[in-house]
Amino acid sequence: MASAFSAAKFSAQPFPLNHTSTTSHDSSIVFAKPTSLFLGSTRKLRLTSSSKFNLSRRSGTVDAVSDVVKQKKSKSSPSLLITKEEGLELYEDLVLGRAFEDMCAQMYYRGKMFGFVHLYNGQEAVSTGFIKLLKQQDSVVSTYRDHVHALSKGVPARAVMSELFGKTTGCCRGQGGSMHMFSREHNVLGGFAFIGEGIPIATGAAFTSKYKREVLKEADCDHVTLAFFGDGTCNNGQFFECLNMAALWKLPIVFVVENNLWAIGMSHLRATSDPQIYKKGPAFGMPGIHVDGMDVLKVREVAKEAIGRARRGEGPTLVECETYRFRGHSLADPDELRDPAEKAHYAARDPITALKKYLIENSLASEAELKTIEKKIDEVVEDAVEFADESPVPARSQLLENVFADPKGFGIGPDGRYRCEDPKFTEGTAHV
Amino acid sequence: MAAIFQGVGAAATLSSSPSNSFVPKKFLTSPRRSFSVRKVPSYVVVRSDGSVNFDLNSKSRRAQQLVANAVATKADSSAASSSSNPGHELLLFEALREGLEEEMERDPRVCVMGEDVGHYGGSYKVTKDLAKKFGDLRVLDTPIAENSFTGMGIGAAMTGLRPVVEGMNMGFLLLAFNQISNNCGMLHYTSGGQFTIPIVIRGPGGVGRQLGAEHSQRLESYFQSIPGIQMVACSTPYNAKGLMKAAIRSENPVILFEHVLLYNLKERIPDEDYICNLEEAEMVRPGEHVTILTYSRMRYHVMQAAKTLVNKGYDPEVIDIRSLKPFDLYTIGNSVKKTHRVLIVEECMRTGGIGASLTAAITENFNDYLDAPIMCLSSQDVPTPYAGTLEEWTVVQPAQIVTAVEQLCR
Repeated sequence: MASAFSAAKFSAQPFPLNHTSTTSHDSSIVFAKPTSLFLGSTRKLRLTSSSKFNLSRRSGTVDAVSDVVKQKKSKSSPSLLITKEEGLELYEDLVLGRAFEDMCAQMYYRGKMFGFVHLYNGQEAVSTGFIKLLKQQDSVVSTYRDHVHALSKGVPARAVMSELFGKTTGCCRGQGGSMHMFSREHNVLGGFAFIGEGIPIATGAAFTSKYKREVLKEADCDHVTLAFFGDGTCNNGQFFECLNMAALWKLPIVFVVENNLWAIGMSHLRATSDPQIYKKGPAFGMPGIHVDGMDVLKVREVAKEAIGRARRGEGPTLVECETYRFRGHSLADPDELRDPAEKAHYAARDPITALKKYLIENSLASEAELKTIEKKIDEVVEDAVEFADESPVPARSQLLENVFADPKGFGIGPDGRYRCEDPKFTEGTAHV
Repeated sequence: MAAIFQGVGAAATLSSSPSNSFVPKKFLTSPRRSFSVRKVPSYVVVRSDGSVNFDLNSKSRRAQQLVANAVATKADSSAASSSSNPGHELLLFEALREGLEEEMERDPRVCVMGEDVGHYGGSYKVTKDLAKKFGDLRVLDTPIAENSFTGMGIGAAMTGLRPVVEGMNMGFLLLAFNQISNNCGMLHYTSGGQFTIPIVIRGPGGVGRQLGAEHSQRLESYFQSIPGIQMVACSTPYNAKGLMKAAIRSENPVILFEHVLLYNLKERIPDEDYICNLEEAEMVRPGEHVTILTYSRMRYHVMQAAKTLVNKGYDPEVIDIRSLKPFDLYTIGNSVKKTHRVLIVEECMRTGGIGASLTAAITENFNDYLDAPIMCLSSQDVPTPYAGTLEEWTVVQPAQIVTAVEQLCR
């Protein structure tokens, strides 16, 4: 398969060894770019030692992109990274994420939401930087720290807040909660409580995209999937298994590591033999990029490249975003283990302050415009709370709905009828 | 619907009912078990000591007919060929493949994922030649990463495909428990009904011939508590194909349990398109004295025991429950109401197996109809040993079934 990457970045031959034509659908390929009929690794196994193996540039760059972006910025001030509209859009999204999470904390301590709530304060640049580049049909998969991913993807704040309050108007009808934000309309595929279990789901969504293009012949299907997860997850088997499969089949997926250095109370350095996560990408045959996750513009530049790669059918990318959460792991976490100096260091790199500074210094927006946005977001969040407050709690009748897509799955009762036909089922009082 | 009864002398040779097609249960005007109507005018009781009794009212040993053929499920006696079409003969693994192939032709979104399903054709040849026909992407050879490729199948199902995930051995799916429990079973609910997961997870399980403890596991007992999934077990080529097709067409996640030792069973099945209802049990042999509930391989041990039992003068009713989750309480209930005695024969472990759940379900729903406590014969709570003799003793054998029935009907 012809790769769009320059030869320097791949040490392997660009064409596979055994190009067996095993598909019968090779007659009418509509799109111009060639695709490999061979599903497998395009890397030759070299038995002779080659100096190329000792270079860090094996199959994919491990550049620290922050340097690249810095260069770009200082070259000439007229070539800015974003336009005014984009700037304001990004700012609004960052502020929405922050304001929403702050409100969540308030509501939690007021007893409006319960359970495990994991807030995203400080990491907004990653969500905004990546998700604002996506189309509606692209998919996002997250972990339990998923409120802001859902908001960035377009799920209304009302729906998310209602879900957190456990009301029936929530995006998952109150059945999911903080850790399970789903939206079919906006292609948010969750929200997962166990770390790592969302990554295979994301891989599956990317597989569907490839399948639609190559088997179902929907030539314009170039949907990309983003999988967000943390540093702790990068020691989990599912992470590695999916890196392998995604690279093997060149799935249109971007693996975004939100490395905030802490997995509850476990420091990343205490848990990981090689803490440089981006290096693990090339081991599987994909580029590994490290980026400053507190700077939304740098994240956005990297995201453009990674998403573009996926859309063109060139395969997955591993992006490690160095970021930080300003609050504890969850609202129940006393957050005693982290060094105040570390917290102060990252607080000084608050992504919202940074973007504000950039916008004002480069005359993309005025203080007043930004204040207007902040005010608007405040109203949005207040409205979300009001809406959630006034929404009804789920009725008893909702208990047994949605267990099965086809409720015949509850089986046949002693009277010969399907149990779901029993009125107690619609009332929710039947025992299953 | 095949009417096999030929008056007094015939046994029920039905192994399956071809009426289990698309017609939803409530639309069937005749009861599903119309073959339970016995048009026998008079009863003759033949005791084991040879004496003959014309007792019509004896409770325990009624309806004695000297039946020539007690075993319903031998290959050539299938009732499936009710139509004028002669049908075609094949082995169980071929029936599975035929069902899978037909569904893949019918719907381009149906795809297969698993280890060695593509070029190798499947470890039990269920997917033989499908990769040549449909391509490497539709019949995907995965790396050895059960948790991840099962999760990938679930993600694909959520986004519009209809994957069939094969566990090379059901035991390997223990590695996929995270995905099967959390995502496969629960995701439809936690997403408030937004995403459906029309996935089929299938593979061979059960105790084989000296495969060792880890390859002889019965995963149905581990998965049965997961809310949101359906589990079915096939046992004949007819219901294997029917269940495979029904599972693929279902919008629910379905786990289809096959058995390592049943892949080479031969049967004649219809040429036309048919499915077997996922939630229904199968009446194997109608009877009067005792209800024997079983599934998968144990069905054959039961039918073997039934031969002996019939010669001893008993009339067991054998039901292949087929649907392990949910139970078909209608078929089971009707049987219990008729015979008042229940014996469950399963291959699961004693503790927490399908039999344990079935016992609870029957006690809960039909306690008043029971004349005796429910007996449950399961495998011993022992890791399946390699040695053939030991392995034989961990699993229920026909002789034990005979003894159990005799005890139950005392």
